[in-house]
Amino acid sequence: MSQDFRLKDGGLINRDKKISFKFNGKKYFGYEGDTLASALIANGVHLVGRSFKYHRPRGFFGAGVDEPYAIIQLYRNGETEPNIKATEQELFEGLEATSVNCWPSVNFDIGAINNFLKIFLPAGFYYKTFMWPKSFWYKIYEPFIRKAAGLGTASIKHDKERYEHKYEYCDLLVTGSGPSGLASAYAAAKNGASVILAEDKSRFGGTLLTNDVNIGNQSGKEWAESIISELKEMPNVTVKNRSQVFGYYDHNMLVMSERISDHLPRTKKFHPKQRLWYIRAKEVLISSGSIERPIVFGNNDTPGVMLSSAAKEYMKVYGVLVGKNPIIFTNNDSGYETAVEFKKNGIDATILDTRINPKSEIIDEATNLGIKIKYSYVVVAAKGYKKVKSADIAKISDDKEKLGSIENIKCDCICVSGFWTPTIHLASQSGNKTKFDEDIDAFVPGLSKQNERTLGAANGVFTLDETLKSSFETGYKISKQITNKENKVSFPNVIEKKSSVHDKFWCVPLPKGKNYKRFLDFQNDVAVSDIEIALKEGYRSIEHVKRYTTLGMATDQGKTSNLNGLQLVSKIENKVVPAVGHTTFRPPYSPVSIGAIVGREVGKHSKPTRKSPMHSWHEKNNAVFVDAGVWLRPRYYKRGNENLFEASKREAKNVRTNVGVCDVTTLGKIDIKGADATELLNRVYTNAWSKLPVGKARYGVMLREDGIVMDDGTTTRISDNHYHMTTTTAQAANVLSHLEYYLQLVWPELNVNVVSTTEQWAGAAIAGPKSRNLLQKLFPNSNVSNDGLPFMGYMEADLFGVKARIFRISFSGELAYEVNVESDNGNFMWEKIIEYGEEFKIQPYGTEALSTLRIEMGHVAGSELDGRTIPYDNALEGLLSKKKDFIGKRSLSRKAFTADDRQKVVGVVPLDKKTSIPEGSHLVKDSKAPLPNPKLGYISASCWSVEYDNPFSLAILKDGKNMIGQKLFVMSPLKNKVIPVEIVSSHYVDPKGERVRS
Amino acid sequence: MLHIKCPHCGMRSQNEFSYGGDASVKRPQLGSEVSDQDWDNFVYNRKSLRGKHWELWQHLSGCRQWIKVERDTATHEIFKTLKASEEIS
Repeated sequence: MSQDFRLKDGGLINRDKKISFKFNGKKYFGYEGDTLASALIANGVHLVGRSFKYHRPRGFFGAGVDEPYAIIQLYRNGETEPNIKATEQELFEGLEATSVNCWPSVNFDIGAINNFLKIFLPAGFYYKTFMWPKSFWYKIYEPFIRKAAGLGTASIKHDKERYEHKYEYCDLLVTGSGPSGLASAYAAAKNGASVILAEDKSRFGGTLLTNDVNIGNQSGKEWAESIISELKEMPNVTVKNRSQVFGYYDHNMLVMSERISDHLPRTKKFHPKQRLWYIRAKEVLISSGSIERPIVFGNNDTPGVMLSSAAKEYMKVYGVLVGKNPIIFTNNDSGYETAVEFKKNGIDATILDTRINPKSEIIDEATNLGIKIKYSYVVVAAKGYKKVKSADIAKISDDKEKLGSIENIKCDCICVSGFWTPTIHLASQSGNKTKFDEDIDAFVPGLSKQNERTLGAANGVFTLDETLKSSFETGYKISKQITNKENKVSFPNVIEKKSSVHDKFWCVPLPKGKNYKRFLDFQNDVAVSDIEIALKEGYRSIEHVKRYTTLGMATDQGKTSNLNGLQLVSKIENKVVPAVGHTTFRPPYSPVSIGAIVGREVGKHSKPTRKSPMHSWHEKNNAVFVDAGVWLRPRYYKRGNENLFEASKREAKNVRTNVGVCDVTTLGKIDIKGADATELLNRVYTNAWSKLPVGKARYGVMLREDGIVMDDGTTTRISDNHYHMTTTTAQAANVLSHLEYYLQLVWPELNVNVVSTTEQWAGAAIAGPKSRNLLQKLFPNSNVSNDGLPFMGYMEADLFGVKARIFRISFSGELAYEVNVESDNGNFMWEKIIEYGEEFKIQPYGTEALSTLRIEMGHVAGSELDGRTIPYDNALEGLLSKKKDFIGKRSLSRKAFTADDRQKVVGVVPLDKKTSIPEGSHLVKDSKAPLPNPKLGYISASCWSVEYDNPFSLAILKDGKNMIGQKLFVMSPLKNKVIPVEIVSSHYVDPKGERVRS
Repeated sequence: MLHIKCPHCGMRSQNEFSYGGDASVKRPQLGSEVSDQDWDNFVYNRKSLRGKHWELWQHLSGCRQWIKVERDTATHEIFKTLKASEEIS
């Protein structure tokens, strides 16, 4: 297809570079510098989609971010992305796009039947219809709504593109590179301020690219280009195009998405697709301009009806005609500019002006050019289904209530201008109290809450001269406050046409006997009649009307619909618009890729990965790893075809019979020093520490102030005022903060310092009956006998020239030691242990065997200390000192904590000694009791006991201490299991704890 | 994202800090007799204020100091920050 609607010359596109693309499978050509929209229009394509609710044909309405219709599914480099505006997507070689919300095709769409059923789809249809019967919800209503809802399909594939985040600080952030943005950025930059200038589009200049103005003897476009090139050279200025500031957050933090690669066929090597900027600006100048608003009339959603400013932009920027027989329907002078531009390109437009007898320079110019103008005329309805073919027009009475006789005139597009709406989204997001400006019939920013100011059209100022003056002045003033400099740039001379006042007319009345749909919200198909129904049904607050009718709730966030919606509500309610108020503007201003929000924090990068110094050894020895918080720990070491169950059983069994070694580097370690170190331990641990001699370790439990167990671990007295505390892997960071809290805020008089040494020490647990034999080989010069290093003893020793700490502590319940060396020596230590352990049949064991060992010993861990249990629940009540106070002690006397039938940890064994018990299952007395079956407790941890070769679990059970010997049922509806079990002591193996002392 | 002035490090972004609750809560003295009501007030009962509020933050990814911050809970405006050792005036 040839580009029939492309002008012979003109526009800012590069006509030397032809670009081919596909839309709905058909091949077309455009030029470099086109958007998908401009290229399609150049090819005469106006049908691009189907509407959300009624599946009415959809064309193009705007030329940029305000576009409500032309949402397409984009295919680029093997990936697909929904919710792309054709008016924003720049054309690249090989681009493919399809229409959304239509089946089987955009030309023949089955869903369009909704258009004829529209009487059944009024405001609140979903709320009214899908309420009952309840049982229909999951199987009928929800799938139906899901299928019908949404525009486009998100890919379920992993996104291969990279997205980056960047943090930036500046004196001044300027959002938008139109006249006000350029002037203020330039004035501030010249006065030494650090400036970021952000432009959403690919081209800088905003309306200067399309308006016929003269600044300092240059065209607006030339002036913009000269300012931009100068700014780009300045070291204190960052100029960014394709970058949209979409959110204004607290304390002058703004977020901007930079589309680095979206306009290219593929992302360049080492480049991200998009970059999200978090910008903390001292001052913000909002120069986001304004968006033309439509006039509401019958069938105003027909393809070919579009904003007048968009028609002009397509001509001036892209060299494209939106039609060859246009009607301009306007209530102000802007429409004339579009008509004049058409005329310059040899197209005769007909202007319908709602005003009675307006006078201005541009109207004179249009008249002199011989453009046909009809005053006091309106478009009553567009005619045509997939494209405008003609328009019903009529004269309108001076009071704008009555229509004259209907005339039908041929046309192929209707360009509408209902005056301009300042883009106040960012100002409103910042907390600015917006106010209604009667003169322009729109809201403008009012009192600032944060350091922001709004300039130019975004502030309701529509003359260039005034905009530039105030922007130069503001840029200078703000920069002076920051830089204390006084370099003022001279102000250029401006020539522009003076406008006459606009007509506040916004909605064409229905002619007698006609019931045309008059749309307010083009993306969500909200018509005048829908708002009327909502108000009749009693909705009053604009926020409620919005949610009930979905006015302004689509992805375009009502950029073209909000004000007309407010006008309608205020008219029916007989209130002024400011009394109705506007709905809250929320970020993002325009949709942002989820990928950009996530940034690099995906997959393995979603959190840091911490590895022990022995990690590569584990890898080489077939370790299968598991995430333990941010750590990677060996879960088991696979031999041959072993599975998890077989391997962990082998490893655990070897600890019980020979000796095993486990990497315990991940345990939290805190170094505690100071004259009051012992006192601190006395206060944070439940047990007493004053009598712990140097060279001894002690097990301790710490509580939160509410009496719940926070963490447990061993702490060793290295010297009089020096302790080495260990925490669980999971709670390491919290425990450190906890200690710092008490030392800094509650007991600052204590002379103690705490510091994390988790990463400074590598740790290996050597466990099993033969562990002492191994230790003797590793430390031949140290006395590691039962007398030399008794249970809970500590010594410093020499490991073949490396300084080591040996703690005789045990988690497995076997005779065991933990050896620590400085992290750099971790691998050396590990390899020595393996080397010398060979004769004792040493095997490394992972977290799965570690769990098995501790569970069958009845040692509580994270699954019991889960933030819901007190010491008694974990059979730790023996560690509660009666003599001293400690954190959380007072809470333990709460009634619930001292109840006779308080829950307690118990052991659970299946009666058949075979069936594994799923963790998280519930314990009940009667498996056949009616639901909800009263729960007596829950399984906290399960293992296969290697000691007895049968399943064994720990449970937290109500009245646990009196339940030993009882027969109960374990129920797991998730796994569909009912298992008869017996309650036993939690200390299943070696209940007297003889092995650790042997 | 808030911008908080750490009295030790200067202006830093919120993501370096962790929130620590009401700064006006005083822990009862260790070993003292505390009524059930007073203990409940210390452990559980907090005012959910709209407006100025003294609260604790820890500069977790910075100097690790606990600090006191006077913040408006409705507007997020921060009026004053203090070191842990400084009394709320």
